[in-house]
Amino acid sequence: MAQKQINGTTIDVNDEGYMTNHSQWNKVIAATIAEEEGITLTPAHWRVLDFIDHDFQEKGVVPGMRRMNKVGGIPTKDLYELFPNGPIKKAAKISGYPKPASCV
Amino acid sequence: MTGSQPISKVSIVVSRGSLEGIYPGLIMANGARMEGIEANLFFTFFGLYGVLKNYNDKIRVATVGNPAMRVPSAKGLPMPTLLGAIPGMSAIATWMMNKEMEKIDIPPIPEFLEMIHDAGAGIYACKATVDMFHLTKDDFIPQMDKVLTVGEFYEQSAGGQIIFT
Repeated sequence: MAQKQINGTTIDVNDEGYMTNHSQWNKVIAATIAEEEGITLTPAHWRVLDFIDHDFQEKGVVPGMRRMNKVGGIPTKDLYELFPNGPIKKAAKISGYPKPASCV
Repeated sequence: MTGSQPISKVSIVVSRGSLEGIYPGLIMANGARMEGIEANLFFTFFGLYGVLKNYNDKIRVATVGNPAMRVPSAKGLPMPTLLGAIPGMSAIATWMMNKEMEKIDIPPIPEFLEMIHDAGAGIYACKATVDMFHLTKDDFIPQMDKVLTVGEFYEQSAGGQIIFT
């Protein structure tokens, strides 16, 4: 398992950079991972990240696109605009959760 | 041929109009966009029903001529083709499959196409089939971008992989 330094804090990550210990996650770490992905977090991004966090606590998995739409009330288009080139993967990474394991 | 070159663009041809003929193409196109891969969907022959208004919500599983089909579940008994021909069989199989897909959040075809369209994929219909079936642009769902000739399809697919389903 790899480790990574963010603002003096050490976090555990896997080969692809997904955090493996969510208790190490905080908003500063999220913003730093987002910057690495070329994204500057805005309230619109946080709405997505908060939904993922909330849904993961409840279901134990990162929500898929349809769940983001129907339950989270976040349209597909918005997700692609906020997190270009792989919306759910990137949002999950920034949220400190594992890479989504679903096909849809 | 470099084995590790990432795929950056795919054009997926959907040529069959059954549920199991249409869904794989949709899942692959959506999956491509989710990975940041550019994607086009091209509907041809009976696959065209996937993008026809008032028809694409009634797509069914083929229960005839499908030797892999088993009842009542995927590990059940093989279903003889003759039984598959009984009226209502296709409707029941479709209902069961839709139920299972709903459980894992695979959307119904019309909703899935909206999602794929909003994800930025191109959705096209084949000109030869449109002419053969006497269709116009109005017969299609609004997400269908354009009717393309095969030549235009190849132009649209330039620089990517073509996948025929």
